[in-house]
Amino acid sequence: MKIMNRRKFLKKAILFIPAVGVLRRLVGDAHGKATAEGYDPANHLYGMGIDIDKCIGCGLCIDACKNENNVPKEPFFCRTWVERYVIKKDGSVVVESIETGKEKGRQKTNEADILRSFFVPKLCNQCENPPCVQVCPVGATFATEDGVVLVDSKRCIGCRYCIQACPYGARYLHPETRTADKCTFCYHRIVKGLLPACVEVCPTQARIFGDLKSMASRLVRFKRTKRIHVLKPHLNTEPKVYYASLDGEVR
Amino acid sequence: MLNKIPEQIRRLSVVLAVVIAAVAIARYVVLPSSLIDTRFHRESTVQREVAKNIQFAGASVCAACHAEQAGKNRVGYHKTVSCEACHGPARAHTEDPSIKPTKPKTREFCVFCHGYDASRPTGFPQINPVLHNPLKSCATCHNPHDPVPPEVPRECSACHAQIANIKTVSPHALIGCTSCHSVPAKHKVTPRSVRPTKPQARDFCGQCHAKESERKDAPKIDLPTHGGRFLCWDCHYPHRPERI
Repeated sequence: MKIMNRRKFLKKAILFIPAVGVLRRLVGDAHGKATAEGYDPANHLYGMGIDIDKCIGCGLCIDACKNENNVPKEPFFCRTWVERYVIKKDGSVVVESIETGKEKGRQKTNEADILRSFFVPKLCNQCENPPCVQVCPVGATFATEDGVVLVDSKRCIGCRYCIQACPYGARYLHPETRTADKCTFCYHRIVKGLLPACVEVCPTQARIFGDLKSMASRLVRFKRTKRIHVLKPHLNTEPKVYYASLDGEVR
Repeated sequence: MLNKIPEQIRRLSVVLAVVIAAVAIARYVVLPSSLIDTRFHRESTVQREVAKNIQFAGASVCAACHAEQAGKNRVGYHKTVSCEACHGPARAHTEDPSIKPTKPKTREFCVFCHGYDASRPTGFPQINPVLHNPLKSCATCHNPHDPVPPEVPRECSACHAQIANIKTVSPHALIGCTSCHSVPAKHKVTPRSVRPTKPQARDFCGQCHAKESERKDAPKIDLPTHGGRFLCWDCHYPHRPERI
């Protein structure tokens, strides 16, 4: 067996130490390049506000989301959707997801029976404690530093556990990639300073997008001036989608 | 020293060493680091997300070339409606102007927002698409960049249809709304901020219905004694007074 003498050991050590440095540098570079130039995710924390009083249920947000994020056009695949709540005079509640496009559904309930009725836009709540992240067996879904829950479509095995775990029903299985897919707050847009597509097209500004870490953002103002509720607060998921004028019937 | 260790222990430790080495090789050499280090796969996911194509150019871009429409849009009722809400995603158009964004021309598009729906918030302008100027394109009367009614409503019934319908079957059918209400011109443009006047006193009805009145066809009462301290409209609904 060949024994390494001291001279050889020192020579190899001299080579090894800079090699490690170069490797570490490469790793660091990959880390820094991840997002757009001049963007530091540590300085941001994104959220969305939804003003129920302003939503007219036009469905433009759903179409825009499908356009922007390559979501299948069929009505049952959505990253965001709008629910119509009809509370009848006898106390019963009818909830249905509105349709978009030409077959857009009109309300079917007889108007005389309606006590009150409104639209509730829904999307991924980008929870602070996301149940979907906890259950993923392969660690494919995770929350970024700026507060957006993403899915690694290369790592996802399509087991649908996260779809089951999400209390808001915000995930679906993409029929082409066969992986879980969900709202990303249009991550590719927000890191470049643009608004998410649904916020961009909302004609009545029922959707407010902003940075919770910036006191000047519209969302912080929205949270300050309105009475804010979140969906299913008892689950302690700490959602970052905030609803104003939310009716007690909304689940 | 090595000879002092029993042979079975030595053999076992060799097997153990081989197993440990195999696991270590598999963990650090065979498996790619991206499979183990969460940081790597998370960064690559973020990279992939960020690299995705943008479809909607954003609200501020359009005004650079289409200043006229954008200026009009900014002050009108549609000021909260971004260009791409109606014209569709226009990122491709900003890069290559020959790719035209869509231009909704059919009635169906405007009805997405403006068709009557009981779930919509009160006060949001809504029409019944079946009855409202059927088969006409919305743009023939309303400029979508600055939508106002094409002309101020000629008749009060354009908005107050319920009252007008009641009045047509009443003895007051031939009395115009303006005989009793004076309507400021601004009421037709901003109906909620400027309201028409309503009669305030009994004497107003007395112009026709008092005994001394010149008017022949109106039923007469003795104004000082009829109804005592009540105002006329406490008992009679002026839009549908009792039919004779």
